[in-house]
Amino acid sequence: MPSEYQFIEHQHDVIVVGAGGAGLRATFGMAEKGLSTACITKVFPTRSHTVAAQGGMSAALGNMGEDDWRWHMYDTIKGSDWLGDQDAIEYMCREAIPAVIELEHYGVPFSRTESGEIYQRPFGGMTTNYGEGTAQRTCAAADRTGHAILHTLYQQSLKHNAEFLIEYFAVDLVMDKDGVCRGVIAWNLEDGTMHLFRAHSVILATGGYGRSYFSCTSAHTCTGDGNGMILRAGLPLQDMEFTQFHPTGIYGAGCLITEGVRGEGGYLTNANGERFMERYAPNAKDLASRDVVSRSMTIEITEGRGVGAESDHIFLHLEHLGADVINERLPGIAESAEIFAGVDVTREPIPVLPTVHYNMGGVPTNIHGEVVTYKDGNPNSVVPGLMSIGEAACVSVHGANRLGSNSLLDLVVFGRAAAKHCAKTIKPGEKHAPLDNEATDRVLSHFDALRYADGSEPTAKIRLEMQKTMQKHAAVFRTGDLMKEGIKKLEEIWESFKHVKVVDRSMIWNTDLVETLELENLLGSAMTSIKAAANRKESRGAHAREDFPDRDDENWMKHTLTWLDSGGEVEFDYRPVHMYTLTDDVEVVPPKKRVY
Amino acid sequence: MAKFRLPKSSRVAKGNTIDASGDTKDAKTFKVYRWDPDSGKTPRMDSYTIDLDKCGPMVLDAIIYIKNEIDPSLTFRRSCREGICGSCAMNIDGTNTLACTKSIKSVKKGVSIYPLPHMQVRKDLVPDLNNFYKQYASVKPWLQSKVDAPKQKERLQSKEEREKIDGLYECILCACCSTSCPSYWWNSDIYLGPATLLQSYRWLVDSRDDATNERLDALEGPFKLFRCHTIMNCTNTCPKGLNPAKAISEIKKMMVARGS
Repeated sequence: MPSEYQFIEHQHDVIVVGAGGAGLRATFGMAEKGLSTACITKVFPTRSHTVAAQGGMSAALGNMGEDDWRWHMYDTIKGSDWLGDQDAIEYMCREAIPAVIELEHYGVPFSRTESGEIYQRPFGGMTTNYGEGTAQRTCAAADRTGHAILHTLYQQSLKHNAEFLIEYFAVDLVMDKDGVCRGVIAWNLEDGTMHLFRAHSVILATGGYGRSYFSCTSAHTCTGDGNGMILRAGLPLQDMEFTQFHPTGIYGAGCLITEGVRGEGGYLTNANGERFMERYAPNAKDLASRDVVSRSMTIEITEGRGVGAESDHIFLHLEHLGADVINERLPGIAESAEIFAGVDVTREPIPVLPTVHYNMGGVPTNIHGEVVTYKDGNPNSVVPGLMSIGEAACVSVHGANRLGSNSLLDLVVFGRAAAKHCAKTIKPGEKHAPLDNEATDRVLSHFDALRYADGSEPTAKIRLEMQKTMQKHAAVFRTGDLMKEGIKKLEEIWESFKHVKVVDRSMIWNTDLVETLELENLLGSAMTSIKAAANRKESRGAHAREDFPDRDDENWMKHTLTWLDSGGEVEFDYRPVHMYTLTDDVEVVPPKKRVY
Repeated sequence: MAKFRLPKSSRVAKGNTIDASGDTKDAKTFKVYRWDPDSGKTPRMDSYTIDLDKCGPMVLDAIIYIKNEIDPSLTFRRSCREGICGSCAMNIDGTNTLACTKSIKSVKKGVSIYPLPHMQVRKDLVPDLNNFYKQYASVKPWLQSKVDAPKQKERLQSKEEREKIDGLYECILCACCSTSCPSYWWNSDIYLGPATLLQSYRWLVDSRDDATNERLDALEGPFKLFRCHTIMNCTNTCPKGLNPAKAISEIKKMMVARGS
């Protein structure tokens, strides 16, 4: 171990990495159950990207008309283009109802109906009676639902006296020789100290990797840090080829405009002023699922019907909704549109463009949040001591395409499930097995090498090249040739990271080094993502290939697993999709053609 | 004898001047507060002149441009870049605000950038917010109800009751307001400051919360609440357009009404 670093060692029952919706829900759930828990987070909890979720959280409460969690389950399976695991989807949709009620009891300031119940709005792909009508299922706090939920979860964490280590950057997992996770190493930015956290379970709740693209709705901090740690631990990621493009990012700035705008009656138009979604999705129209709307918009633009001086974007109208509805239900996006597009939404449309928004893929887990891998012929082999939840994880409840408002749901339901599971399986205060230095030395040597990296390529330059490459070569529509070219470029970028240059050598608030560590994590995610995309020779959900335009259930109804070696080479294997339910209360939804 | 100058270690020296604008007509100069805790030196103001055509429209875009292209050691917090996470609060052109929603063009001449005022600085534009967060936690900012919640149902709240927390729950804890308040500058150890008091009021007016008396009790005394002298800097500076000064005056009214 480089002698410069001294570890401060901590022993806990559970360590949660990340303090977004999933991480917070898990953290105070554990604290509530008497487990010694600490949550490590690189930003203060309420700055996590859950805060930016706008439209709401789905749950079949039936406050606005008849609803059933089975309909919600059907919609989610169809939305996933039959790549979602049906047992996990059943669990999520059923648990949605108690989970959202629990949030209200915690104090989330939901908008209300006339009768004082939680207000619910329509959202893309959410239907009644197995695709017949439009469901109003998305529980909303105006258009700031993520903010309202994240702040409430942090407040509950304060109430339960949960321990937080704020502005600590998690560097790597500590894995022993038997492949058991024994803890995590983190760096305290404030005073520059290094910490070894021992835990019986490490829970990765580190979010997505939107920043591997040039234009995304994701925060600067969405850098797939958990994914990076998993890959360096020699474990696989799952379904990395599935990247969701949100139809309505603000043109230029990329900031999110919620699907709730269309839920409240907003619609898209092209250069002819035509409501073109009627042609692509005759029933659901503007409320088709996100992959469908993003593709339709892209086709309108490539066929020359985009709006603006360069015909390169689309208009989103809500001026007809009237100032009252906008003020009550969509005040946040009115503010964003004004600041970032200079648009008064009561008078003019918002210029929008499909923008990278969400990663369906991530760390493969079972419904308890335990990390699984393919080992010795077993596709569900649990990795001891390691769990993952939220956008970082791939349970998989979203399959090839996530429905809007199923993400906040995923966070809360599986954060809660992880806490329950740990309470059942971990005895508070259990002793930690001794650890040899090898596991920690490897991590520190790597950290030290990057800290003193004195190559020729600045971090920002490598990052920009990666982002531009992903933007161009792994976009809404993909072809084999385009991706092949992208892979070649990304491999060169991967090589150039060996010559990265870090300028700041300090241990205190060295954000130059933080961004370099984050870039390494992003590169791992980007590489597995584009290679998995080139590997999957079909179109499914968000993965749309022009050279393979159809879904191919016979060969490709399976989850992709990707392992990455230090040379950037990716190894593939597959896990079967769970075509079974958890209980007898509902039947399996067999695959069929997906039409909205 | 009275001291009129800052202690030596806090005096700001003139720093480096870097002109990276080339021959553009759209150049802008950013003067940025720098302090490196490892150097043993006093803080300095670095001056960067950049080509605005090469960066986005907001002050945060400019700072990121400087970090990416000129000096990677420049240190600041940032995350969502759309005004909802509250990370990039700093003092820009003399006002506390979010760098991500402050447009460069709204500043007429050069743009001066300092960390939030009157806070301990950790490095460059990163202030120590630990006391701020501790104060937030101290008002027990969570729902306290004396009646059990209904089983398997939400608590009911009318639209009118819900409307009372509009303009309060939207706070992003960026600390712009508290660090703009002279009362907070002098007494941040004993005065809770506008952000925390706004949050306290958010729970005081939530129809689902029953801890009104306990919450008011906790704000008694000459400092925690009553150090507010209605200076109104908080309301003027809030980047989310909220009105902490009004919330504070409402709490004071509640105190009077219950005859404290």
